Amino acid sequence: MSGAPTAQLPPVAQYALRLGDDALILAQRLGEWAANAPELEEDVALTNIALDLLGQARVLLTHAGKIEAAGRTEDDFAFLRDERDFVNVQLVEQPNGDFAQTIARQLFFTAYQRLLYARLADSVDPTLSGVAGKAIKEVDYHEDHAAGWTRRLGDGTEESHRRMQAGVDRLWPYVDELFRTDQLEQRLVAEGIAVDASGLREEWHKRVTSVLDEATLAAPEGSWTAPGGGRRGLHTEAFGYLLAEMQHLHRTHQGARW
Amino acid sequence: MYGLPEEAKDTVAGGRAVAASEAELQSEFDQMVAADQRLEPRDWVPDAYRKTLIRQIAQHAHSEIIGMQPEGNWITRAPSLLRKAILMAKVQDEAGHGLYLYSAAETLGVSRDELLDLLHRGKQKYSSIFNYPTLTWADVGAIGWLVDGAAITNQIPLCRCSYGPYARAMVRICKEESFHQRQGYQILYTLAHGSAEQRAMAQDAVNRWWWPSLMMFGPPDDESQHSAQSMAWKIKRHSNDELRQKFVDMVVPQAEILELTLPDPDLRWNAERGRYDFGPIDWDEFWRVVKGDGPCNRQRMEHRVRAHENGRWVREAALAYAAKHQARAGAAA
Amino acid sequence: MTDRRQWPLWEVFVRSKRGLSHNHVGSLHAADASMALRMARDVYTRRQEGVSIWVVPAASITASSPDEKDPFFEPAGDKVYRHPTFYDLPEGVEHL
Repeated sequence: MSGAPTAQLPPVAQYALRLGDDALILAQRLGEWAANAPELEEDVALTNIALDLLGQARVLLTHAGKIEAAGRTEDDFAFLRDERDFVNVQLVEQPNGDFAQTIARQLFFTAYQRLLYARLADSVDPTLSGVAGKAIKEVDYHEDHAAGWTRRLGDGTEESHRRMQAGVDRLWPYVDELFRTDQLEQRLVAEGIAVDASGLREEWHKRVTSVLDEATLAAPEGSWTAPGGGRRGLHTEAFGYLLAEMQHLHRTHQGARW
Repeated sequence: MYGLPEEAKDTVAGGRAVAASEAELQSEFDQMVAADQRLEPRDWVPDAYRKTLIRQIAQHAHSEIIGMQPEGNWITRAPSLLRKAILMAKVQDEAGHGLYLYSAAETLGVSRDELLDLLHRGKQKYSSIFNYPTLTWADVGAIGWLVDGAAITNQIPLCRCSYGPYARAMVRICKEESFHQRQGYQILYTLAHGSAEQRAMAQDAVNRWWWPSLMMFGPPDDESQHSAQSMAWKIKRHSNDELRQKFVDMVVPQAEILELTLPDPDLRWNAERGRYDFGPIDWDEFWRVVKGDGPCNRQRMEHRVRAHENGRWVREAALAYAAKHQARAGAAA
Repeated sequence: MTDRRQWPLWEVFVRSKRGLSHNHVGSLHAADASMALRMARDVYTRRQEGVSIWVVPAASITASSPDEKDPFFEPAGDKVYRHPTFYDLPEGVEHL
């Protein structure tokens, strides 16, 4: 059932949806690589990552439903919300582009998730701490994969360097949003439930710029920052298309079981 | 070819003199095959055996990776998160199966790159079943139930084929394959017991995938040129018609449980034979699709070649990076 | 067109639990050792916990099996496969 707008849900449910939507939308993007990866082994690797993210999303969306206590399931959240009720950051919804752009998105996001989950493991909410505890190993691996490819592409051939730099430049404007916090998050931080996203920025920056350095890539300076707003349900134009594809079949058959 | 230096004919510590004649080698080979022993990568085998095996394993591998396309199509549109996850895992398995099989083929002295090149140039084939389109979600179920079911019927006997690496790859694959068939069956079961629209979707998919699935077993025995030799070499353990019959006998009762019909008015239980009789297969369609004129042949190849070409700069970058780092490590030493 | 240089071939050995030894499970192509290790984990163990993996460049392996017959028996040991010998590869077939 499509239910209450996200902004009206209990704070913990909203928080769970933020993290869950991040994972869900990125999994959806990675799913587009099936049968398209540059090498068979990489097809397996990307799908592995997508499966991990989807697993995280399912637990988080289900948790939001339990807290809301209105009977909504993970599928209700995934398939029956409209654009303005999704609260993922805009970074994860960016199109895959070429492999370099996909890796740039992975590098930025997995470095963030790794820091986030490391702290979320101490949440007083047992479901959130549980998801985080399990996800830490997964995102360690995801981050290692992204950093490895960033180095190979940045310090590979002229063409790969050019494409990797282009990917970094294209996605850098969406990084700032990862570290924006708001009242809802701050209240939950005070209660020991959530992680203060703004507190992750410095460490993220150190980690990512060190990988970029090793990869002979430049961190864009003084470039445009996207206005963001994902946590308030404001997305980019690409998002509508992504949802249309993801949700169409489910919505066509109201109330059906699959 | 047999100009061996005298020294090589001497006994070596722990070994035996092995300057054998081709007749002796052939006889050893024949004995191994007859005794159901496994031939391994360093064994001498007749050239024709090697060539046939390379072709068979490679085409099997190509089938796995081309097969990722019709199903991969539906990952982004799966109607529930659970189904999305299961489908992702299945398509990932197929990539893995392709890898195991290329790996087995490479033990025969050919590189994956060469095999992919033959595929891309249309010189090696893949299973024709993947030249049909997946038009609805129910097609994903039909593929799991019928196509994977047919593949399993084919593959289980290959676990005992005469070439070790291929047999071992098949054992691995069979372990993972039964989950695939079950998930396809579950999809169809849920649809068949769902809404009227879902039921119609399921029946429509079965109607379109039934006959092509029967064609997966290849032409009738009396038209199958290479079968006899492959059977003698134990790289084919049962005939096309035998396997096709086995498949039908397995699947018909499953269809009854689904409460879906199979689009064959001649399908009926024959008490005398203890098997199901079924109607004539359209062999014209079979040959048309094999020869390249099925609904999706061009599309599948175009997609495959495009993915490969698009990935070229990535593969090259990885090699360049590895070379640079080896060089640096060498310089630092 | 084949890649002029493809990712080299690596053989993969997996020890699925303590107390057992490493077993050969297959091969894969990777550009370097760390990629090979990661891919081996993805492909051959599906990232199970507690599994130990060895990856070895196929070209580094020296093999010997005294009872395998070979007209070109080399007493000093040989490569794992008849590799990289390239055969005339069989072209199109009449049927599957």
